[in-house]
Amino acid sequence: MGESKFPERQLPKKNMTLSNIKKNYQLYIIILLPLIWLVVFRYYPMYGAQIAFKKYSSSKGIWGSTWVGLKNFNRFFSSYQFSRVLTNTLVISFYQLLAGFPIPIILALSLNSTLKNRYKKLVQFTTYMPHFISTVVLVGLVLQFLSPRVGVMNMIFGVLGWEKMDFMAKPELFKSIYVWTGVWQNAGWGTIIYMATLAGIDPQLHEAAIIDGASRFQRIRFIDIPGIIPTAVILLIINTGRVMNIGFEKVFLMQNDLNISSSEIISTYVYKVGLASSMADFSYATAIGLFRAMINLLLIILVNQIAKKLSKTSLW
Amino acid sequence: MNSTARLSKADRKFHIINNSFLAIAFALVSLPIVYIISSSFSSPDAVISGKVWLWPVDFSLEGYKAVFENSQILTGYANTIFYTVTGTIINIFMTIFAAYPLSRKDFNGRNLFMFLFTFTMIFNGGIIPNYLLMRDLGILNTRWVMIIPGAIGVYNVIITRTYYQTQISTEILDAARIDGCSDFRFMFHIVIPLSKAITAVIALFYAVQHWNAFFQAFIYLSKQELFPLQIILRDILVLNSIDASLIDDPELMAAKQGLADLLKYSLIIVASLPIWCVYPFVQKFFVKGVMIGAIKG
Repeated sequence: MGESKFPERQLPKKNMTLSNIKKNYQLYIIILLPLIWLVVFRYYPMYGAQIAFKKYSSSKGIWGSTWVGLKNFNRFFSSYQFSRVLTNTLVISFYQLLAGFPIPIILALSLNSTLKNRYKKLVQFTTYMPHFISTVVLVGLVLQFLSPRVGVMNMIFGVLGWEKMDFMAKPELFKSIYVWTGVWQNAGWGTIIYMATLAGIDPQLHEAAIIDGASRFQRIRFIDIPGIIPTAVILLIINTGRVMNIGFEKVFLMQNDLNISSSEIISTYVYKVGLASSMADFSYATAIGLFRAMINLLLIILVNQIAKKLSKTSLW
Repeated sequence: MNSTARLSKADRKFHIINNSFLAIAFALVSLPIVYIISSSFSSPDAVISGKVWLWPVDFSLEGYKAVFENSQILTGYANTIFYTVTGTIINIFMTIFAAYPLSRKDFNGRNLFMFLFTFTMIFNGGIIPNYLLMRDLGILNTRWVMIIPGAIGVYNVIITRTYYQTQISTEILDAARIDGCSDFRFMFHIVIPLSKAITAVIALFYAVQHWNAFFQAFIYLSKQELFPLQIILRDILVLNSIDASLIDDPELMAAKQGLADLLKYSLIIVASLPIWCVYPFVQKFFVKGVMIGAIKG
């Protein structure tokens, strides 16, 4: 309609872009350094990941090494470690999701319902705190608490007359220790997003419910919970997309020779094959890492599609 | 809502249960921390014989003395302070330089650049290609490797960009433009001063990250004198607990072992103290960071 009267509309699109770039050239200068950083430290390693399909030799470099196709991948798939590390990775992830997902929700609902404001602040303040403890300190703490010699856990066992136990030496306990210490560290922090959602619920809903004689518990069931379901669904979906993504640090620090059958996951295995071994095999380790990264990528894309369909909210 | 007298019987019961639940959560989180603090101020004997529960027994500062006499710990501490301060300053500038142009709707290529940044959140080359890159750049075993590879956290770029988009109105930009203000000047003299809150948020996120960083140091550093605190902590807290069973000279080792255990508690406190000291004052900034992250930009 009237828009076509504007002179810009008649210019070819290319010129418009060019004049825009000229006008904003300083923005390109500002972002130049971050872009260089991005290419060097994030995209160049992706280029380097091609050694997964090669037989890497330092003298020939990434590009010069000879192609071997899927040999490294096949070696991983047929190794006895494959099912072990994959199972451990997935079991720990889903266990973490199952335990770690509902607890912040319950805690947030509870915090939101208490009438004592200062009490609420105190609990929030305290439960957020472990989030800032470093992984090394957390694992050190866990080892100290569970130590068969001086651990407070075994002292409690002693008082109760139970037999002392070396918790960290038991493969069957590893996953529970990993998951529940994680819950201890992050449950409080995880409430923030739900508290924000709960604060955004229209107070008129609560007022109307009170007039209708609803109890606090009924208001949680019929107002608070429906109010946070959209947020919860999105978070659940995002977390499901990350199942292959358990961090290296904590598992690695908690590992020892006795619990390794239950604690070896893909990322710790990559480290051992690629950097810690005396016969480090860069190509093989890269292939395992790439396998994990690809599955991750596919999962996230898939999960995002589901999120789009279900709630019209998505990551992109 | 302030008088409990107005509550119905069912609600009173609810609040008793609810407040007890919160009390349990509070205890579960705080008791381990209280236990560590109490242990760290007790005597070595009290710690290994299990006399300490919630209050220091035989008050002593021996554990802290041992921590501050350990030169490894002090070097690690100094290194960590260096990595945290330098690293965070570089982080802030790089993040703002990335976030500001990306926040401008009239910035051509914005979507492409944004995609390039966010894609790295869901896909990366893996530890071996990264290791090879550091090796080829010649920064393995230098202080740079603790600062440059992590110069930008994409999540922080996103929250900063979201903040700029929602807080810096286009009217200010238009007005500044008419007055002949360049983009450089606008960013440095208007955007940055107007968004101190987000700068504080990302500075805190980055600083905590640097303080707690273990992985990079573990993979890329092998020179003792460059080790940050977390590596030293691992040697003492994690590795020692496996070695302890190997010690088989009980008489001589008993005293040393007691001190070693005490030192762990004191070390945990000393290592986390800087964060716990600032935490009460900056808690609201951290929370703010999470909330901005939840807004889809």
